[in-house]
Amino acid sequence: MITIAVALSIILLLVILYLLFRIQVLASIFTGSYRRDIGKSNKINAALFLAFFVVMGGLFIWSMNSASEDMIIPIASEHGIDIDSMFWLTMGVIGFVFVLTHILLFWYSYKYQHNDNKRAYYYPHNNKIEIIWTVIPAVVMALLVFSGWKTWAKITSPAPENAVVVEVMGKQFNWLARYPGADNKLGLVKHTLIDATNEFGIDLNDRDAQDDFPGDPTSFHVPKGVPVQLKIRSRDVIHSVFLPHFRVKMDAVPGMPTTFWFIPTKTTAEMQTETGNANFQYELACTEVCGRGHFAMKMTMIVDEPEDYQKWVEAQQKKTFASQLQGGAPADSAAAVALNTTSDAAVAAATATKQ
Amino acid sequence: MSSTDISLHEDVHLGHDDHHDDHDQSFIEKYIFSQDHKVIGKQFLFAGIFWAIIGGTLSSLFRFQLGFPEATFTFLEPILGKWVDGGKLNPEFYLALVTMHGTIMVFFVLTAGLSGTFSNFLIPLQIGARDMASGFMNMLSFWFFFLASVIMFYSLFLETGPAAGGWTVYPPLSALPQAISGSGAGMTMWLISMALFIVSQLLGGVNYITTVINLRTRGMSMSKLPLTIWAFFLTAVLGLLAFPVLFSAALLLIFDRSFGTSFFLSDIYVAGEALTHTGGSPVLFQHLFWFLGHPEVYIVILPTFGIVSEIIATNSRKPIFGYRAMIGSMLGISLLSFIVWAHHMFVSGMNPFLGSVFMFLTLIIAVPSAVKVFNWIATLWRGNINFTTAMLFSVAFVSLFISGGVTGIILGNSALDIQLHDTYFVVAHFHLVMGSAAFFGMFAGIYHWFPKMFGRMLDEKLGYIHFWITFICAYLIFMPMHYLGIAGFPRRYYTWTGFDTFNKFLDMNSFITIAAIFVFVAQFVFIFNFIYSIFRGRRATENPWKSNTLEWTTPVNPGHGNWPGALPVVYRWPYDYSKPGAPQDFIPQNVPYSQTQSSNLPHERDFE
Repeated sequence: MITIAVALSIILLLVILYLLFRIQVLASIFTGSYRRDIGKSNKINAALFLAFFVVMGGLFIWSMNSASEDMIIPIASEHGIDIDSMFWLTMGVIGFVFVLTHILLFWYSYKYQHNDNKRAYYYPHNNKIEIIWTVIPAVVMALLVFSGWKTWAKITSPAPENAVVVEVMGKQFNWLARYPGADNKLGLVKHTLIDATNEFGIDLNDRDAQDDFPGDPTSFHVPKGVPVQLKIRSRDVIHSVFLPHFRVKMDAVPGMPTTFWFIPTKTTAEMQTETGNANFQYELACTEVCGRGHFAMKMTMIVDEPEDYQKWVEAQQKKTFASQLQGGAPADSAAAVALNTTSDAAVAAATATKQ
Repeated sequence: MSSTDISLHEDVHLGHDDHHDDHDQSFIEKYIFSQDHKVIGKQFLFAGIFWAIIGGTLSSLFRFQLGFPEATFTFLEPILGKWVDGGKLNPEFYLALVTMHGTIMVFFVLTAGLSGTFSNFLIPLQIGARDMASGFMNMLSFWFFFLASVIMFYSLFLETGPAAGGWTVYPPLSALPQAISGSGAGMTMWLISMALFIVSQLLGGVNYITTVINLRTRGMSMSKLPLTIWAFFLTAVLGLLAFPVLFSAALLLIFDRSFGTSFFLSDIYVAGEALTHTGGSPVLFQHLFWFLGHPEVYIVILPTFGIVSEIIATNSRKPIFGYRAMIGSMLGISLLSFIVWAHHMFVSGMNPFLGSVFMFLTLIIAVPSAVKVFNWIATLWRGNINFTTAMLFSVAFVSLFISGGVTGIILGNSALDIQLHDTYFVVAHFHLVMGSAAFFGMFAGIYHWFPKMFGRMLDEKLGYIHFWITFICAYLIFMPMHYLGIAGFPRRYYTWTGFDTFNKFLDMNSFITIAAIFVFVAQFVFIFNFIYSIFRGRRATENPWKSNTLEWTTPVNPGHGNWPGALPVVYRWPYDYSKPGAPQDFIPQNVPYSQTQSSNLPHERDFE
């Protein structure tokens, strides 16, 4: 019943609109404005351009201001400061161009609207002006390129020797972290070795793999104030590591490991105080479309004070992959059972995030 | 779809039967498998409008989801069937919507619908030719496109859904049906459809280039060509050089999907199984894709550069400022468009050194673009502007092109792109600069050349309503998206509420959705105007806009061969508007200097 009523009212509305349109056409034929080339509507449109500029410009400034608090996410890495200052500098430059060109565009549209008594000014070209407005943007661009180069080169330079290495692996649809252990070397992995328990495909015959240990099921820890190198890979489709607060982004590509290093400057606790949000956590999001669960591919990165981080590492180091995977080994079967339960819990948690 | 489309043509052309010269052609020869460039142009236009409605509908659906993530969509169940699950849109279907919206808008509307319509319709008319170099190839071009359309449209109704890995179809996601169901039959059809589409583009492109080079009428030197023709010509060159690369990428992807090769696949464990592919590189696909993909955005925007230049000059009653600079900047943009592709891949894992090279090249492209904008504004300066609907859309085009273009300077900077890559900042940027701007250019073209296409005028008042709603909403939709982007909101997210970082701006997303739905509905004002005016619009005169170019020297409804008598001869450039000393404020290209002695400039006296 309601559907019919809605449909009927829509039809009625369309009929009314059509009639209005016809009345307008007939009226304009009657008044003769139908045939006139340039009439009153030219003035209205010209004025509307000016009104558009003022109103939309005002809305833009107002909305930009009122959104700025939510829009600007606090920075928690060293290079993030460089990126943000360059971003706002560039915004200033383009904002200037944006405002200037729009003032000219809309003002000229209004000012030079049709006038029966005037004739346009025949002015086909002026090479001097062309050169000026080619060179100025070129110079500005050059300056932006140079400052961009400097920052980019710094960010993408090889990670320092002393960097804390963490491997982040993407899979449909969650992230997993692996630490290299005491030898600071990540062990060999093979995708053919992957199964429900060996999510990384770790080759236990590799000596370097013996002391590798995982992060927590849905989070991983890094220390504050020292370089952290993420070694990024994927085991199925392309994902992308995005840490918004750290201005970090790098694709996770199957078959081609990638990397990104940065220096965290604020611990999770510090950021909780700064944002006034006691539940604040640094989140890692996926930014390359990867399938059904793309929007839910989340992991938490916990930034600790170096000493807290050390404590966490010491506790976590006992849960090496080797001890988990060689569960049947005689050495310590009780612990292995316990660890298997943990890894089951991890799998359960992972499936849960799939939704 | 086929039936809708064809019946549209029939309806349209039946009304015009009596106007056309009768060459004893059957109905089918004349209106369906036609070799007349004007009919083919209109066929592309109708197909483009059809696809734009589909593409717009898809975007409305996913905007509903983004604006109202908590809402239930039970009312959509009759249309979407099992894609709505308990009132919730299926997340894979959401991705399919986004993917198909992108594919349809970029390729089927803004490439085929735009270039196809205006290159076909205008090239012979504006250069003074009877038809395209090869009418048959031109016909094939449309029908390959039609076939591609049918296949793409059919894929929307597959049980496993259409392609869903984003319009960029990056493998491995697009190669593995285990990873997403859209990569099954839907992706196969996507690839076949795109392969046919590319064939269509190449057939069209070869024709446009050949026609412009060989069939210009007497006196029409390259330096007297309207900027529209320069733009269509360069667009065709770009397409001809870039589309084969996409074809190769599609072909290799087909091999990887169906014949077990490993061009793009390596070391993959998916759906509980380790695949045997090894040694491939997903980044290779990205290089191949964007080698087309970046020129593609210029394939979309270049024709509108030409259209807008022409309309701004005509309606400002002024010569386009810096004609040669306009051609030069288009040449520069065309050349540069081939060497900037990897700015889409700054964080793809490619060598950072490449990133610095591509940042440099990318930012250079801002210079010719800036020159174009300044020239348009200078053309308005001291003009005598007549705000036809086409002119309104053209001025708005310049505005949108600036707004979307300046943020390209941010995204082209690899260091800034780290944070903004694949966020809504990118979405806002390209929807303004190549989405909205290209659409506005297309609307401008339709409003301007409608009288030549159908012999009748579009209703101006409805045009004004259509324009103002569309212009305001374009900004209301895409400006706030920049804020979302700066806040880091990633693209192609079904909902953001799962992240604390992104659990904000809910009202802003609702606002964007409302604006998007509103502007979508407003497009039906245009559709109504379009269809109504074809049959009942005011009859057009031969040269309603007092324009200089040759198409306005044809009869109101030009028949096969365009000019009833001899072809016009060209004596001057197309922008002699408001020339001092001339009695009228325009001098068409086919008026010899000997007839305009009062207005000839000193260097033109030699031609008298």
